Amino acid sequence: MPERETPPAKLSCRHLWKVFGGLPTGFRAEADAREMAEAMRAEGRIPAVVDANFDVGAGEIFVIMGLSGSGKSTLVRCLSRLIEADAGEVLLDGQDILKKSSRELVEIRRHKMGMVFQDFGLLPHLSVLENVAFPLKVQGMAEEARRKRAQEMIELVGLEGRESAYPRQLSGGQQQRVGIARSLAVEPDLWFLDEPFSALDPLIRRQMQDEFLRLQRMLNKTIVFITHDFMEALKLADRIAIMKDGEIVQIAPPAEIVLRPADAYVAEFASEAPLSRLLTARDVMTPGAAAAGDLPKVPAGMTLDDVTAEFLRSGAERLAVMDAERGCVGTVASEEVARAVARRDADRESA
Amino acid sequence: MRAALASRDGRLWLGVGAFCLLCFLLAPRVVWIGEYPDALVIPFASWITTGMSAFVDSFRWLFRALAALVDVPLVGVRTALQATPWLVVMVLACALAWRARGPGLALLTACALGYMVVTGYWVQSMNTLALVVVSVPLSVAVGFGMGVAAAYSERVNRIVQPTLDFMQTIPAFAYLIPILFLFGFGPAVGLIASAIYAAPPMVRNTILGLRSVPAGVRESGVMSGCTPRQGFWQVEVPTALPQIMVGVNQTTMAALSMVIIAAIIGGFDDIGWEVLSTMRKAQFGQSLLAGLVIALLAIVLDRISFGLARNRFAGETPDERAARRQRTWATAVALALGALLLAMLFPVFDDYPRDLRVYPAGQLNEAVNWFLRHYSGAMDALKNTVLFFGMLPFRIGLNQAVSPFTWGFALEPWMTAAYGVAAAALFLWLLWRGRAGGALAVALVAVLLWWGTTGLPWPVVIAAATALGFQTGGLRTAGFVAASLIFVLVNGLWEPLMLSVYLCGIAVAISFAIGGALGVWAAHNDGVSAFLRPINDTLQTMPQFVLLIPALMLFKVGEFTALLAIISYAIVPPVRYVEHALRNLPQGTVEAARQMGCTPWQILTQVKLPLALPGIMLGLNQTIMYALSMLVIAALVGTQGLGQQVYLALSQADMGMGVVTGLSMALLAMTADRILQAASRRHQEKLAVGTAAPA
Repeated sequence: MPERETPPAKLSCRHLWKVFGGLPTGFRAEADAREMAEAMRAEGRIPAVVDANFDVGAGEIFVIMGLSGSGKSTLVRCLSRLIEADAGEVLLDGQDILKKSSRELVEIRRHKMGMVFQDFGLLPHLSVLENVAFPLKVQGMAEEARRKRAQEMIELVGLEGRESAYPRQLSGGQQQRVGIARSLAVEPDLWFLDEPFSALDPLIRRQMQDEFLRLQRMLNKTIVFITHDFMEALKLADRIAIMKDGEIVQIAPPAEIVLRPADAYVAEFASEAPLSRLLTARDVMTPGAAAAGDLPKVPAGMTLDDVTAEFLRSGAERLAVMDAERGCVGTVASEEVARAVARRDADRESA
Repeated sequence: MRAALASRDGRLWLGVGAFCLLCFLLAPRVVWIGEYPDALVIPFASWITTGMSAFVDSFRWLFRALAALVDVPLVGVRTALQATPWLVVMVLACALAWRARGPGLALLTACALGYMVVTGYWVQSMNTLALVVVSVPLSVAVGFGMGVAAAYSERVNRIVQPTLDFMQTIPAFAYLIPILFLFGFGPAVGLIASAIYAAPPMVRNTILGLRSVPAGVRESGVMSGCTPRQGFWQVEVPTALPQIMVGVNQTTMAALSMVIIAAIIGGFDDIGWEVLSTMRKAQFGQSLLAGLVIALLAIVLDRISFGLARNRFAGETPDERAARRQRTWATAVALALGALLLAMLFPVFDDYPRDLRVYPAGQLNEAVNWFLRHYSGAMDALKNTVLFFGMLPFRIGLNQAVSPFTWGFALEPWMTAAYGVAAAALFLWLLWRGRAGGALAVALVAVLLWWGTTGLPWPVVIAAATALGFQTGGLRTAGFVAASLIFVLVNGLWEPLMLSVYLCGIAVAISFAIGGALGVWAAHNDGVSAFLRPINDTLQTMPQFVLLIPALMLFKVGEFTALLAIISYAIVPPVRYVEHALRNLPQGTVEAARQMGCTPWQILTQVKLPLALPGIMLGLNQTIMYALSMLVIAALVGTQGLGQQVYLALSQADMGMGVVTGLSMALLAMTADRILQAASRRHQEKLAVGTAAPA
């Protein structure tokens, strides 16, 4: 796996715990987390977030993936302090937001955070424009200014013409566009999305995912995105954190999750992944430009699907893998591609 | 059969049966089993009277001051409504109706108010309206405050919920007694009574509305940077508003109902008093005309407040809203000014002249008399049939009711034997077929019919009711049932209680049979459903008082009249609940039955009704609640029982008696409620289906 430059952390989560039923007396942050969680369950408490640790870099899309009951929604609510964590730190720009007073917290939410909800959370008595302008209204922005700003946001998400509609008159996809516009109205640095597309039809969901990636390319927010859909995580994430029973079991970029799952649980998900569309030439190449010669060239980010097509088209045995900045970074043989895609089946047979 | 007898319930009922048998055998010899001795009556009532008198003596100034305080807005509103020319009031009311629902309702409002003008009931109508106008904001404010407190604090909610249950089972008259004591005689009593009586629906709907604000909406408010205050007023209250407005509608109707009932402690030239005083003088034509005013007032108030709650302009844009508001206000002001001008030019629009009144009370009375003269035979036959063959056996039992005077023959020993053998045979047959529930029902009904509610020794009733409570809801329900009945017993109210059970029981049985059948029909026929709905709505919005008048006109004072009045009110819930339950069954099950080749009748009796049973039971529960609340009102037309006791306590201003009797009625209602709710829940769990009340 090639080196990735780590961006400076915008949001850091340190030893975060949330236990429904309360932390037991004698809780020690330094003890073994898994053992402690087991002990809590035995006492009838519900550890929903178990010792969560991660950094989210500025401009990164950090996806938290888990099935229902894995604690992912609880985790994001602890990060935004919609519910109070029991132990740990959540650092935003180096400051622990768990220690902020409720006044300070209101200020942080008014300027630094935006959140999108699974069931949209639109105010039924307000029009689309009023909904988007609502966060600006509660912070006391003048009517004219907030209308203008809300109008920009509505255009950004492609809802112009529906400004005076009410939420119940919109389709699910349109409602979520309103939710997105509203969460972006205050120009937050940090953007939480809690299963934003789970309530939508598959086709609309795909459109919204593309839309989301388009927006992020324009806006470059720091994003924590919650989903239960592994494919969605693979498609959107810079890095994925996989949660199970309140614990984060692996944090890695999509390709690494698929190629090197940390345990059987993650491997179960990874087995669903369409490797040939997910892995790129870079992931399977033999590094080193020496053997490249005048082989046909493919870009490093090309998916194995396309690389296979390139082999068939050119009839070559080997291709040179080209990086946009560094030139040729390695070569890839058709056999390597075949082995990478087929690996999983081999694993399954040996298992 | 052996298995049924050996089960827990079987052993329980075997024990109860043995106990009852013992009671019946001992009753002729041991007097206190047949009749609870007066010497053992605990004088709670007089203790309460003494205690309250002391309390009232020391705090009289406070309550009188409060009464004087609420009197100020009341006098203000009343004076304003009286001084304004009727045409202006009518125009403004129509404008409001137009805004709420549209031209149709405006027309209805004009007709209703026109009727009040033309019949000469304008002054009385406005006095009643003034009471409602002042009491509703009081109820709404108090109810909203309590609702908010209970919605956010589980601790408050734990106190508020049982209080609401209690307030809604206490008969309306019973409210008047303590309030009369505290606040003295005057219009303020009716006002305060209706403000208290009408608050519970507001509390309930506020709690429901605030608690059903979706978590996503609440959280999105927080994440938008709302302070808690902003979150409450700008996110949660507006989201809950439709539900809260339903509360305002229900509160308005309850307030009107209570304002009318309050006339019983003495009227202040209001429409309730008009009905009551003419009813007492047996001027039924007059009371019908006045009663119609109440009915019209109720319908118009209901439609307007419901229309405002629904807000038909919810879809318009902010700009359209502003423009429409401007237009509405301009039109209303212009119309009102025009009406004022007309009233100043032509006095007929200000003060409707006496000699232009249309008041056909005399003709109405004559028409009714003519009808009664010509059909008295048929009417009497109907009345006597129901009395002799239905009501009397249920009250004093077949062993007393069957006589040459009533049934046309005397009860011979062989008949007694035949009755016993037939009942026993049916009981054993059902038990043998494994239908223990049916067998139990046969046994209970056979015993009840033979001895009648008043003829049963009290230990028998308490034992059977407690066992029923235990079987349905376990130890807690059984304890509650036993404690409630013993409370009534030791207060010396056993006989009135049994008389109430008797009248209510018959009314419920008839209402449920007819209403249930109508509900089944309505569930299968959209036309019938559409036809019944407005009738049900009207019966339900009507202040209960009004329902007495037609029954009274035709059958004069008596239990039969009371029975008809109770049925006309209690028939609504079974129609609604049965239809709702049958229409909301899991479609897959019904379709599967049809696919298997069931006939419609088989589908109804073997699939739909069993599945709908929990919902139907809730309907039965509501029928009982409605019948009990009407029972008290029906005491006005001559019934015996707890209702009459409350009424007596009120007229004698007997505080302790009123409280104890009111409490007894509430306990009776709660006993029936607990048993049926528990039974419904049991069935629901067994079937794993949900139930919901019809909207």
